[in-house]
Amino acid sequence: MSPLVSLALRFAVLSLLAVGGVTAVVPEVHRVVVEVHHWASDAEFTQMFVIARAAPGPNMLLVTLIGWQVAGLPGALVATAAMVAPSCTLTYLVAGVWQRFRTARWRLAIEAGLAPIAVGLVIATGWLVARGGHGGAVAYAISAVTTVLVVFTRVNPLWPVVAAGLLGLLGAV
Amino acid sequence: MATSEPPPRVTLAELYRGFFHAGARGVGGVLPWARRMLVEERRWLTAAEFTDLFSLCNFLPGPNTVNLSIVVGARFHGVRGAVTALAGMLTLPLLTVLLLAALYDRFGAAPGVDAALRGIGAAAGGLVLATGVKMAEPLRGRPRALGVVLVTFVAIALVRWPLVPVLLALAPLSVLIAWVRRA
Repeated sequence: MSPLVSLALRFAVLSLLAVGGVTAVVPEVHRVVVEVHHWASDAEFTQMFVIARAAPGPNMLLVTLIGWQVAGLPGALVATAAMVAPSCTLTYLVAGVWQRFRTARWRLAIEAGLAPIAVGLVIATGWLVARGGHGGAVAYAISAVTTVLVVFTRVNPLWPVVAAGLLGLLGAV
Repeated sequence: MATSEPPPRVTLAELYRGFFHAGARGVGGVLPWARRMLVEERRWLTAAEFTDLFSLCNFLPGPNTVNLSIVVGARFHGVRGAVTALAGMLTLPLLTVLLLAALYDRFGAAPGVDAALRGIGAAAGGLVLATGVKMAEPLRGRPRALGVVLVTFVAIALVRWPLVPVLLALAPLSVLIAWVRRA
């Protein structure tokens, strides 16, 4: 199968599974890209994740970068379109009937039931991204300290990122 | 609620511009900027309308702010409005990330770049972990929901099972738990 077709099919399916946003399907993107298709190494995946986060905009540019890595500009466009088209179509169709069900018990149960799965998936994403650098103890310490700082203090998340970049530049990671 | 006010008239060009700005300023997440643009600056939605629409966008799959552009665009101009708002929001972010990718292809081999990105990658992992922990906060006192969090994490991150079978198994179970809890 041509890589463009694989990209389109893989991301079109993930689009409809991205309950809780694209961050929730990053572990599956990682599995497909690194383990199944070998489109990128573990370390390259984490780098793409970082570069995607450096751009403004919605949290889905990782998909654009993976398309770029696999098949250049056509790959980037196909991957992006595949990631947004199915979920956007679904949203468009559902928006019309949404108001009617706002207090329905089944809707509240679905919302409450999907929430913990989304949380588990986001934590899995953080785990895989942190591990992807294949750094040593210093890298794990950076991940742990960043997590604790952001959870328990009101520090601007940019500071640990800048500090970690400098530590990397100094050759400590 | 002020239902007496007529809904605002918004042109396609205004939709494009509004979402272009929200996307362009969305460093660290588009959501706060989108809300500011829609509710405070341009007043296309009331605060209550925004909350209601956003809960829909969060509930459906896909990036929630992308979904938001679809819902708001559709509200004013149907399919054309949805496509216009989406295009507005994605234009600058897509160009930026492709530029960054091109720069990385050109300069990524420089030793400093790789080393700095390794450090930043470790921190980025920590940021996402922190987001997950914060998202888990409302689940405190719900041991079964926390159990679902744990099982999801182990199956996906440690065992590395594919997402589809994990979701097929866990989602109905977790929804059932929530259903029974509400009974």
